[in-house]
Amino acid sequence: MISATARKKIENVITRYPEEEKRSALLPALHIVQNDNQGHLTEEMMKEVADLLEITPLQVYEVATFYTMYNLKPIGKYHIQVCRTLPCALMGAEKLVAYLEEKLGIGLGETTSDRLFTLTEVECLASCGTAPMMQINQNYYENLNKSKVDQILEELKQKATS
Amino acid sequence: MEQILFKNMASPGYTPKISSYIAMGGYEALQKVFSEKITSDQLIEMVKKSGLRGRGGAGFPTGTKWSFIPKNPALTKYLCINADEGEPGTFKDRQLMEKDPHQMLEGIVISAYAIGAHTAYIYVRGELDLAMKTIEEAIEEARKKGFVGKNILSSGFDLEVYVHPGAGAYICGEETALLESLEGKRGKPRFKPPFPANFGLYGKPTVVNNVETLSNIPYIVNRGGEWFASIGVGKSTGTRLFSLSGHVKKPGNYEVPLGTTFRQLIFDLGGGIINGKKLKAIIPGGASASFFTEEHLDVKLDFEEVAKAGSMLGSGAVTVMDEETCMVWAALNLMHFFSHESCGKCTPCREGAPWLYKIMHRIEHGEGKMEDLDLLVSLCGNIAGKTVCAFGEAEVAPILGTLKYFRQEYEYHIREKSCPINHSERLATIGFP
Repeated sequence: MISATARKKIENVITRYPEEEKRSALLPALHIVQNDNQGHLTEEMMKEVADLLEITPLQVYEVATFYTMYNLKPIGKYHIQVCRTLPCALMGAEKLVAYLEEKLGIGLGETTSDRLFTLTEVECLASCGTAPMMQINQNYYENLNKSKVDQILEELKQKATS
Repeated sequence: MEQILFKNMASPGYTPKISSYIAMGGYEALQKVFSEKITSDQLIEMVKKSGLRGRGGAGFPTGTKWSFIPKNPALTKYLCINADEGEPGTFKDRQLMEKDPHQMLEGIVISAYAIGAHTAYIYVRGELDLAMKTIEEAIEEARKKGFVGKNILSSGFDLEVYVHPGAGAYICGEETALLESLEGKRGKPRFKPPFPANFGLYGKPTVVNNVETLSNIPYIVNRGGEWFASIGVGKSTGTRLFSLSGHVKKPGNYEVPLGTTFRQLIFDLGGGIINGKKLKAIIPGGASASFFTEEHLDVKLDFEEVAKAGSMLGSGAVTVMDEETCMVWAALNLMHFFSHESCGKCTPCREGAPWLYKIMHRIEHGEGKMEDLDLLVSLCGNIAGKTVCAFGEAEVAPILGTLKYFRQEYEYHIREKSCPINHSERLATIGFP
């Protein structure tokens, strides 16, 4: 179920668009719900969003499945997304992915058994001059090397347990 | 050379706060518009005179685009800001939004006034969380100072500006796909005509302008269209932000006058190629632009000249590859991107991109046949120009460009059933230490 806080945020977002164009709030609404639900959307939540925006659940579902930022199944607490596109690839993105796979003991698209990290590859994240890079939840980590990655993962692990 | 868009952020201690922007002369252009009672027609004329062309990729003249908007004040009009920067190699708009949001915001208010819009939506790619937060804060700061909201600077002009997040779809950088997305639908391009100037957001007249384009507006208002037109070359006026990436010593965003050469950008500003290697290839305008080689180093960064040389200036992204880069691997990487990002609306693109990727994949992995090269060319010819938007042309560019200049590498892969570059060895010496 959508939380009261998320619902209030969505109601606020709806006011940004003309009264008869509530559907415009769909992308922001799905972001709000997803962020409020540990990074993923459920069918029940999508139906509630549809009710709020006065559209059909199918209209919500077709949008949720089109855009890559919406997760339709649970992910780890930290979603590591490595940019794989050419400028990053030229600067060692493949090596970065291999290192993360080794460090985390998982492959691409998988989540660690403690549900802390999910690892995925994504297309260009507009950080080409600071390649290689990765995005973890909302934050960018750029100009990466092995020791930086070690430090970032360690800090996140500590944050999760403290 | 004089910096325009990067001048503020190059100033010591400059922050994205409104106080910093005002200290640098920010919002003077907006005040000038209202205190000197500059009309919307005069503004449009000024921008036409400046020769400013859209900085998103297509390079359409901005003033002309504005002039297509119907004058009827009873019609609701919209200004949409394309901040969905996703072209591989491009990262300039992100810097403008994160470091100097008020510059863009002042441009938005003036532009909205020029076209008679009272609502502006900034469509920011969803991944750019910092940019969105920075802009939201800037809007609130501007509202408190009376630069945004009701009766701006007592002029009687009202404008609300909102941030709208995208959600990870490259195609939403195409203006009509952006509008569909803003309406809460899948971001799929619309047929044109009708053009957004007549039938845009919610079917109303709409202008869609890029972040960098709008950031130039305050300076054109302050210093005049003629001043802006005096910078650059021919029909490519003003400065432009170029995103330099890949195998260069100093990657980053550089502001240079249009007409600067690739050699100056890559070697003088970018410091040349890393590890003392030679240059092999350049992507001159984002992943949608066909490849250049060393022989193109003296081509000018000028819309017309780059087109004459067989590519395009596009989004202003210059990606550099050194002599040890496998061109089949590079093109394959970009085909993965295009295959993943095709919106699926048009059959040639939806079916063609994954097919091209599959053929490229087998060539790169030593399983290709010589006939594949003809098949690639034939397929490219059946995709480019046969789709609703320019995505079709974009997805064939890496293949046609590499085939044109590096066909022998494709043939090597097929003949020898292997890649001439040893990737493990290569990766050991470059990137991610």
